[in-house]
Amino acid sequence: MAQETHKLAIFRGLLKFKSNQQKIWGVLIFLSIVTTIEVVLGIVKPAPLNTMFLRMKLLNWIFIILTIVKAYYIAWDFMHIRDEKGSLKSAIVLPLLILIPYLVFILLVEGNYIFDVMRDGFVSWNF
Amino acid sequence: MDVAATETNVWGGGQKPLNASYGKLMMWFFIVSDALTFSGFLVAYGFSRFKNIDSWPIADEVFTHFPFLHGVDAPMYYVALMTFILIFSSVTMVLAVDAGHHMQKGKVVLYMFLTIIGGAVFVGSQAWEWKNFIKGEYGALETKGGQILQFVNADTGKRVALEAFATNIDTPRATHQNSNGIWFVGETSLPTFSVAEVTRGFEANENLRIRIQKLNAEGHKTVLTREASLNKIGQAVAVVEGANLIHNEYGNRLFADFFFFITGFHGFHVFSGVIINIIIFLNVMMGTYEKRGHYEMVEKVGLYWHFVDLVWVFVFTFFYLV
Repeated sequence: MAQETHKLAIFRGLLKFKSNQQKIWGVLIFLSIVTTIEVVLGIVKPAPLNTMFLRMKLLNWIFIILTIVKAYYIAWDFMHIRDEKGSLKSAIVLPLLILIPYLVFILLVEGNYIFDVMRDGFVSWNF
Repeated sequence: MDVAATETNVWGGGQKPLNASYGKLMMWFFIVSDALTFSGFLVAYGFSRFKNIDSWPIADEVFTHFPFLHGVDAPMYYVALMTFILIFSSVTMVLAVDAGHHMQKGKVVLYMFLTIIGGAVFVGSQAWEWKNFIKGEYGALETKGGQILQFVNADTGKRVALEAFATNIDTPRATHQNSNGIWFVGETSLPTFSVAEVTRGFEANENLRIRIQKLNAEGHKTVLTREASLNKIGQAVAVVEGANLIHNEYGNRLFADFFFFITGFHGFHVFSGVIINIIIFLNVMMGTYEKRGHYEMVEKVGLYWHFVDLVWVFVFTFFYLV
């Protein structure tokens, strides 16, 4: 593991660092900014973002997307996936990328269905 | 097999086709399977939430404490702080890995030490969060169907604690202990008030209203009228103070179950991560890796530690933000 193998550019080469340590601090600053945005949005909850988009609040979509962005930088720069071979990269990421959205899709649709049954069906929870 | 064949055949053995050592690959496999376990838990949480989408507890009303700020409504700030602590300890870990690549033992020791401190602070914070959640704040009534009835002041719109209005009724009912009674029947401590005491106090205070779990169009909990409240309180069968796996004063009991289960499982990961970090830290101090010629063990525990941080990012989003 020679340190020369580190890829030092993030944001698709927009930002290049001189050393691996500088890149670590850079990524920390980026993650802190994203977390701060999340926390501020979570406390303020701006009214325009409460509109529904694809059956979920716009604000919640923003939170989920920012979370995935954070996860990407933790995995790519802290866990050094960026420096791994393409085959190892895919071996780690692809199973998760295929299985998790599938599970999410199937269980959330099912949960939504059960909600509809409890609301419109003959059983009501009013006791 | 002759040498030439081995060299041309990447997967024939004796090579590192993925350019990573055996130990590192195994750590990655473990992380992938653990990631699937955590996604199973989080998706199960999502399932239960979608099932009760119109009555799920609002996280901002549940987690409102901050150390040394008693009675101040401070949602989010404490978990935000915990998130920063964990991200920072992730950074010190990756700096330790980097120092290991340069064979700088002193720096590895320093950064590993900071990582361990960060992890320990995080576990402690989580314990404090659990303590507040278990202890509860206002108390509530529970109906036969497991619905939670909370109390608000109609004038201020603020929540009211049971002890603020429940009237004392003298009763001989005391906690049954198996030392003075049937030995095989025992019970955990009784709530501070009985349903009758809360009901009488509620009837005496005209400005109290009951708040049910159902969310209204604006996403707030529905507050009943005085008449509907008086009608509803008749259905109460138990007083709930705080939260455990069976009762939950904040709302749906599944919320408490998933909270304990998911943050508990994550907290256990952090705890074991701290233990493993300590072991590696001691090895670094004794010069084990200096003698071995490389610090790959630091890199492997680093992978685990970052994974724990990664999971927290998701737990933070789905429990506190969304």
